[in-house]
Amino acid sequence: MSMNTDNIRPGDLEWTCCKCGGKLEPAPVVVEYLGNEFTAELPRCPRCGLVLISEELALGKMAEVEQILEDK
Amino acid sequence: MEQLDLRQWEARCIEEKQPWCIAACPLHVDGRALCAKAAAQDWAGAWQVLLRTMPLTAVLGRICDAPCRDQCKRGEVGDPIAIHLLERACVSHPRPRRKPAPVPNKPKSLAVVGSGLAGLTAAGDLLRKGYQVTLYEPGAALAQGLREHYAGQVPDQAWDEELELLNKLGLKVKAEAPVDDPGILDDLLDNHDGVFLSVDVLDPEAWPLERGEDGRPVTARPVQATAREGVFAGGLAWPEGFSPVWAAAQGRWGAASLDRLMQGVAPGMSRENDGPQETRLFTSLEGVESLPMVPAGPEGYGDEAAATEAARCLQCHCLECVKVCPYLENFGAYPKKYAREIYNNQSIVMGARQANKLINSCSLCGLCEAVCPEDFAMQDLCLATRQGMVAKGKMPPSAHEFALLDMRFSLGQEFRLAKHQPGHAASAYLFYPGCQLPASAPGQVRAVYEHLCASLPGGVGLMLACCGAPAYWGGQEAMLAEALAAWKEDWQALGSPPLIMACPSCVDVFRRHLPEVEQRFLWEVLAETGAPMQAPPAGALAMHDPCTTRHDKAAQQAVRGVVGKAGVELEELKLGRELTECCGYGGLMSTANPPLAREVITRRAGQSERDYLAYCAVCRDRLASVGKRALHALDLFFPPQGEDDPAARPNPGWSQRRENRARLKAGLLRDLWGEEAPAMEAHRQVKLIIPPEVAPLLEERRILIEDIQKVIFEAEAQGDKLCHPESGHFLASYQPYKAVFWVEYTPEGEGYRVHNAYAHRMQVKGRARP
Ligand code: SF4
Ligand code: SF4
Ligand code: SF4
Ligand SMILES: [Zn+2]
Repeated sequence: MSMNTDNIRPGDLEWTCCKCGGKLEPAPVVVEYLGNEFTAELPRCPRCGLVLISEELALGKMAEVEQILEDK
Repeated sequence: MEQLDLRQWEARCIEEKQPWCIAACPLHVDGRALCAKAAAQDWAGAWQVLLRTMPLTAVLGRICDAPCRDQCKRGEVGDPIAIHLLERACVSHPRPRRKPAPVPNKPKSLAVVGSGLAGLTAAGDLLRKGYQVTLYEPGAALAQGLREHYAGQVPDQAWDEELELLNKLGLKVKAEAPVDDPGILDDLLDNHDGVFLSVDVLDPEAWPLERGEDGRPVTARPVQATAREGVFAGGLAWPEGFSPVWAAAQGRWGAASLDRLMQGVAPGMSRENDGPQETRLFTSLEGVESLPMVPAGPEGYGDEAAATEAARCLQCHCLECVKVCPYLENFGAYPKKYAREIYNNQSIVMGARQANKLINSCSLCGLCEAVCPEDFAMQDLCLATRQGMVAKGKMPPSAHEFALLDMRFSLGQEFRLAKHQPGHAASAYLFYPGCQLPASAPGQVRAVYEHLCASLPGGVGLMLACCGAPAYWGGQEAMLAEALAAWKEDWQALGSPPLIMACPSCVDVFRRHLPEVEQRFLWEVLAETGAPMQAPPAGALAMHDPCTTRHDKAAQQAVRGVVGKAGVELEELKLGRELTECCGYGGLMSTANPPLAREVITRRAGQSERDYLAYCAVCRDRLASVGKRALHALDLFFPPQGEDDPAARPNPGWSQRRENRARLKAGLLRDLWGEEAPAMEAHRQVKLIIPPEVAPLLEERRILIEDIQKVIFEAEAQGDKLCHPESGHFLASYQPYKAVFWVEYTPEGEGYRVHNAYAHRMQVKGRARP
């Protein structure tokens, strides 16, 4: 199961944080499901900590990993 | 599921039992597979089938007397399959070359006396097991008598081929052996570890052994033991009453006994599969046209004729349940296999539970049990397994959650209601429409309620809630108990009046779990109150019974009675009443496996050209969801307001189903009881603009309007959102329960335009520590 590479598309970094107006930057983020934690590189506001999960990631790789963990 | 349970489940499904041809054949030659290969004119494949079980194939394939024929299932609809002629057609093609599998030599020496079909078979089998075999033949060469006897049927070349194979396997031959010597048996036992006598070609008088009444050495099949230890015999008297296949089979069984003996195992151990058997297989002959045997010339069949004859084979299987259940078909096997897969799934300690989807996709409709000759109830197996998974915390959260949340909604303040009829302090009856009729046709519920109030004396109370069916189907026993307890409390507060039930699923759940509750089906009541027909249909309607009425003839009859009396012509579907099919919602199939549920309802919708008549709101809406014109029986008597063509009204969709329930309660409270509905939560005030291209996406992803409202409400209140400088869109997420919802939107007027929405279940915990 790999959640740690290739999660960011160039378009994802076009989003900005509304709170501070800052640009999102790739950062290692911990994600968790059913007690399993992974570190993944995700677009994140360096100041406010807002993280973007893109549609592509949510419905693609993330959904796959969720399914695997549910069947474990 | 314990080991014993698994065995019981497995034993119940007879799909793997042998077809009649295999069971009846003394050698269990696979007639079914032979027919399949021959029908395809795959002669190499047909050879392989024969080689698996038939000794001396080139010879026996030409002379087998086919005792299996009397048993062939095809014989009940035409002539039985001429399997012996198909064998003959097969072996007249060249034998495919195959490398003999190397066998380790066993340091045991065995003697076979006489080269009859029994002796040659025994010798071949023992050689293939690695024994040293010596054949003692009284004549000058092997199989001389047989060669002459079958000269017209078996060409010399076939004999040469078979004998050459034995030769290659290392058979030692002692020709002109003095087999009549009185001391021969002692000599043989001195020099060998065991002996097989081919009494089909030997003079039984010559053997110093105890005799049976027929004068032959006593043998009981399939052990073929004689009174003398280490000596086995086989082969019926020849020529009278002689059967080639029986002789060969007895050779095979004798060899198996010798093999056991050599290994120190009792020769009689586990021999129950040797020899002809009864079979418990069931094969339906429904719709099978009677066909005569393809005539054969003196040389048997040519290839074409053989293929035509083979194509008459029924390819006997049971699969009755698989034929009618798309779910069982979808997973590629049949209940016996599924029972094993489910069992294995439960015993997994590490690794993927591959059968989760299988367990959670069954609609629990019980059709399998209704059609199965052995009453295999896949629904019981799946439900019990789900309960076990829930108890162990191994139920995948995503499998049923959506439906369970919907149930929670129905049990919550936005819908739940329990009241006496306005102006009454007690209820002689209690109308209970369930949750999905209000979700589908709230106006109709109100009209029915008003009709009941006007027609029945003593006060008709009203209760809105959920019966707990989603929890029951999902194996959530604790949740079900909780839902039922809440339900019962409301009911008792009204004085425990008898129920008038509109939803067949509620009827089923209450019968199982609240048997103390007195209930009548709405249609039995309507038969008495005489609701007049308001909207006659354009033509005859095809009747769709919900699967929860499978064993409820009275309910099926009640609807037909009222509708028939109103003059509506009904067409019965082939799978109706006790054989009716699920709409794909039952058992939470549509939550656990949406594509399969869609296939199920699509197939159902295709069974008649006519508009369907349902009496479960979910059935009607699911038919509508695949474009099938369908009416709820109530539509005829209480037509939905503002619908010119109720059969064409679409499935309201998930969000509207909630909206309908909430509005029904609020409207009834206000209009009938003069009460205000509880105030809506703040996020429900958020106004949304949902473009037509986005609506189906939300439906498919099962994202509710309310979920979107929550996301936007929180994002706007907290300012936690992303923006896209180019498009000006906002993107925000919120986790109201186990799922995280994302919405892309822009403010517009007083509301928000929704561009996209999606969800996932994994949670972001924060930045990883460097
Ligand atoms: S119909 Fe075919 S499969 Fe069935 S018993 Fe006859 S030969 Fe065997
Ligand atoms: S209960 Fe219904 S859906 Fe489940 S296996 Fe039986 S027939 Fe198929
Ligand atoms: S109907 Fe289905 S479950 Fe029953 S014996 Fe046949 S294959 Fe097995
Ligand atoms: Zn920021």
